[in-house]
Amino acid sequence: MSERNNTTSQPVLQLRQIDKHFPGVKALQQAQLSLYAGEVHALLGENGAGKSTLVKVMTGVLQKDGGEMLLDSTAQSFATPKDAQQAGISTVYQEVNLLPNLSVAHNLFLGSEPKRFGLIDKKAMAEQARQLLSSFGLSIDVTAPLSEFSVAVQQLVAIARGIAPKRGAACTKVLVLDEPTASLDADEVQNLFQVLRQLKQQGVAIVFITHFLDQVYQISDRITVMRNGCFVGEYQTASLNKAELIAAMLGKELSQQRHQAPCVAVEQADAILSARQLCSGQSVQQLDLVLPQGQAVGLAGLLGSGRTEICRLLFGLDKADSGLLSFAGQEVKLTDPAQAIALGIALCPEDRKTEGMIAPLSIRENISLALQAKQGWWRLISKKKQQQLADFYIDKLQIATPDADKAIGQLSGGNQQKVILARWLAVEPKLLLLDEPTRGIDIGAHAEILQLIRQLCQQGMSLLVTSSELEELTAFSSKIVVMRDRKKVAELSGEDLNPDRIMAAIAGASV
Amino acid sequence: MTTEGVILNSSQPEQQNAGQSNAEQLKAARQARYSPGQSAHKFSLYLYPLLALALLLLVNLLLDPQFFSLQWQDGRLYGPLIDIVNRSAPVALLAIGMSLVIATGGIDLSVGAVMAICGAVCANLLLLGDWSIPAVIGLAVLTGLACGLVNGVMVSYLGIQPIVATLVLMVAGRGVAQLLNQGQIVTFQNPDFAALGSGDFLGLPVPVWLVLLALLVMQLLLRRTALGLFIEAVGCNAKASRYLGIDDKGIKLSVYLLTGCCAALAGIVATADIQGSDANNAGLWLELDAILAVVIGGAALTGGRFSLPRAVIGVLIIQALSTTIVVSGLPAKFNLLIKALVILLVLMLQSELFRNQLKALFSFGKAHGGKA
Repeated sequence: MSERNNTTSQPVLQLRQIDKHFPGVKALQQAQLSLYAGEVHALLGENGAGKSTLVKVMTGVLQKDGGEMLLDSTAQSFATPKDAQQAGISTVYQEVNLLPNLSVAHNLFLGSEPKRFGLIDKKAMAEQARQLLSSFGLSIDVTAPLSEFSVAVQQLVAIARGIAPKRGAACTKVLVLDEPTASLDADEVQNLFQVLRQLKQQGVAIVFITHFLDQVYQISDRITVMRNGCFVGEYQTASLNKAELIAAMLGKELSQQRHQAPCVAVEQADAILSARQLCSGQSVQQLDLVLPQGQAVGLAGLLGSGRTEICRLLFGLDKADSGLLSFAGQEVKLTDPAQAIALGIALCPEDRKTEGMIAPLSIRENISLALQAKQGWWRLISKKKQQQLADFYIDKLQIATPDADKAIGQLSGGNQQKVILARWLAVEPKLLLLDEPTRGIDIGAHAEILQLIRQLCQQGMSLLVTSSELEELTAFSSKIVVMRDRKKVAELSGEDLNPDRIMAAIAGASV
Repeated sequence: MTTEGVILNSSQPEQQNAGQSNAEQLKAARQARYSPGQSAHKFSLYLYPLLALALLLLVNLLLDPQFFSLQWQDGRLYGPLIDIVNRSAPVALLAIGMSLVIATGGIDLSVGAVMAICGAVCANLLLLGDWSIPAVIGLAVLTGLACGLVNGVMVSYLGIQPIVATLVLMVAGRGVAQLLNQGQIVTFQNPDFAALGSGDFLGLPVPVWLVLLALLVMQLLLRRTALGLFIEAVGCNAKASRYLGIDDKGIKLSVYLLTGCCAALAGIVATADIQGSDANNAGLWLELDAILAVVIGGAALTGGRFSLPRAVIGVLIIQALSTTIVVSGLPAKFNLLIKALVILLVLMLQSELFRNQLKALFSFGKAHGGKA
C-alpha cells in the first residue's frame, strides 16, 4: 500500500482480496482497491481486466465470492444496488441508464422527487435541477424530454443524477464514474472535471474509470491498475510516468507505433469510390470525396459535423438526394445496406450496442451473420464452417473468450468491437467504413485495431475511418478529410498530416 | 509473444479454409470445451418444461392407474395418452407458427379467427361438392397465407404494432367466416376429408401425423437454411440486422405468412374433426393457448431464440392439464381456475429470478440453522 500524505489515514472504502467467478471465467482474483475521502482515484486496465466487475461488486450489482469490503472500517456487503446507494456509494455506468421519455429534471430526481401535498412539486424539481446542472456549466431546458438532447448532455445528466441527493440515503461518500468522458468533447470534459474538483473538496472519493490516459493525469490523485482480474499495483499519479503506466496495464512495453508513417506512400492509386456533389437532406451537403484503392482515408470533425452521416450515406442507410456516386468504376445509387454489401461495402457502425452486435447471439453467429446475409437465407453456412470462421478470427484478432459460443453481449467492449470487425472481414469487402472503431476500448485492443487497419490496406482493402482521436488518424491515413457543419472543409495529405493542422481545419482557421 | 506480433505475422483472412490450417489444436481444445457447455445449456432449457409435463402425467397416473395403458383396436392405438396428443393437434400447429412470430418480437392474435375462416372455406367448398380434397386443402392454405400477408404487411411495412395489427383480423376474421357461412353452421358429409380430423394412419390419429409433419418441415425450413437464424437475429436486434444486410421487413413478413399457413392447417383439422364449420366457435381463444404454450416452452415475448419442439411440449402440458382436471372428477366450474394456477406455477419455475429467490430462501434457512 502506498504511503499517503493526507490527513485522513483510514480509507473510506476498502476492498480486499475480492474473488468473483463466472461460469468458466475467474473475473476477479484477489482484487483490491482503497479509496480515501477527497481523492480522484483512477481505476485502469485493459478491457476485460475486471474493472467493471470490481465496480459491480462494490455497488451491489454482483455478489463477491470471496474477500471483504470495508466501508468506514466496518465490513459491509451490499445485496442490491439500492443498499449501496443508501450507504452512500453512487455509480454512473458506461452506458447511460436514463429514461429518455421523461424530462431532464424528472430523470435527475427519479424516485426522490421533491413533493408537495404528496404530489410531485414540478416547480421545485425544475428549480433544483437547474441549480444542479448549472454547477456543470449546463443551462438547458430541464422540463424538455431527455431524448431531445445529445448523448453528451445525457451523460452529464447521468453524472448529475449520480451526485443528486437521494431521499433516505447517506450523502454520497463514493462516486463511481465508468467511462464518463467517452462521449464528451473537450469543453464538456473540462466542465466535468470542474465538478469533480468541487466534489473532491467536499470530501467525496471518486473512482474514475477511463481509457483516456491524458485525462488520468489531469484529474486523478492515485491510480490502481488491474490486469486479467488481478490487482497489479497502486500508484501516486504524480510519480508514475505514462510509459510506466502503460507497461503496468499491458504487462509489456507498448511499441511507439503511433508515430509510424502512413502505410502507403501517397501515390496516384485508382479510386474505389468517388462522390461528386453528393447531398442528402440536411445531413450531408455537396460532398466531393475520392477514396483511393488500398489506402485508409481519415474522416475528422467534431461530433455532429457529418462524419457519421457520410458513413450512413455510403452504406445505403440514407439516400442521396442529388449528386453522383460511383463505386469501382460504376455509377451506383445506394438504397439499402444489402445492396451496398453486395457491391463490397461494409460498415462498422458507431454505436456498437444498438447498431452493431446482436447481443444474445453467440460470437460464432455474430461473426458469420453478415456472410450469411450476403449468401442469402437459403444457403446455410454449416455449423462447422461457422465454427472454423469464428475460430480463425478469434485467433487472428486475439478475441479473449473461452469459446465461440459465448454470447457477444458478455464480452468486454474491445472484444465486441473485434467480433464486429471479424464479421465484416469475413465478407471480404472492397471498402470498409469504420465509424469510431476505437471508441471505448482499451489501449491494447486499440493498438491492435490500428495495426489491423494498416495491414488491411497493405492487402488492398480501402478504408474510410472516422475518429475523434486525431493522433490516431494520422497514424494510418494517407489523407484526412475534415468536416465541419455537414460540409467538407479541408482535405489534408502529405506534410499536413498532423494533429495541429487537423485541429486548425476543424476550428476553421484554414478556410 | 506480444499481441502485436501475432497480428503482424498472421496471414490474410482467407475465409473458412484458412481457419483449418490455423491453430488446429486450439480449435480442438475449444471444441472440447464447447460441447459439454452447450449441451448442458440446452438440457436445462428442456428440463423445466419436461419436468412439468412428467409431473402432470404422474398426477394423472395416481388418479387413474389405467392412465398409461394403450390398447390396440382396429389397427389403431387407443388410450388417454393418445387422446392428449390427438387433442393437442390444432393448438400445436398454431404454436409452431406462433413461436416464429414471437421470436421476431411480435405476436399474432388472429390465428384463431384465421382457423375459422379457413374452416369456413373448406366447409363451403365441400358443400359445393365438385372440389377435390387436395384442391380444398390448397385453397384453405392459400386463404391462411392471404391472412398472414395482411398481418405481415401491416406489421412490417405499415409499422403498426403487432398486437394491434393482428387484433384487427382477430375481430374482422370471425366476421369474414360468418359471412362465408351466411350466419349458419355449415356441415358436410365427406368421409375422406373427415379422416383428416378423426382418421388414423399407421396406428396413430391423422392430426398427430400432421403435427409431426409440420414440425419436421418447419424444422428443415428454419434450421437447414439460415431463416431460423435470421428470425432470431431480427428478434434480438432488428436495427443491427438491417445493418448486416438482412431484410428485416421481409423476415417479419415471412413469419406472419408461415403462421397463417399453420393456422390454416389447424383450421382444416378442426373442421374435419367436427365435419362442419362453426364460425363463432372454431378456434375460439386458441390463440391464447398457443401464446401460452410458446411461453411455457421458454420463449421470451420480447423476441430472440425460439424452439419449435419446446413450444409443442408447452402445448402438451396445457392439454395434459385439461385432461387431469377432467380425470380428477372435480366439478367443471373449477377447470379454468386450476388451469391458471398450475400454469402460473410452471411459469414461475421457469423464471430464473424466482428460482434464485427460492434457492436463497433455502440457503438462508440453512445458514441460520448452522449458526444456531
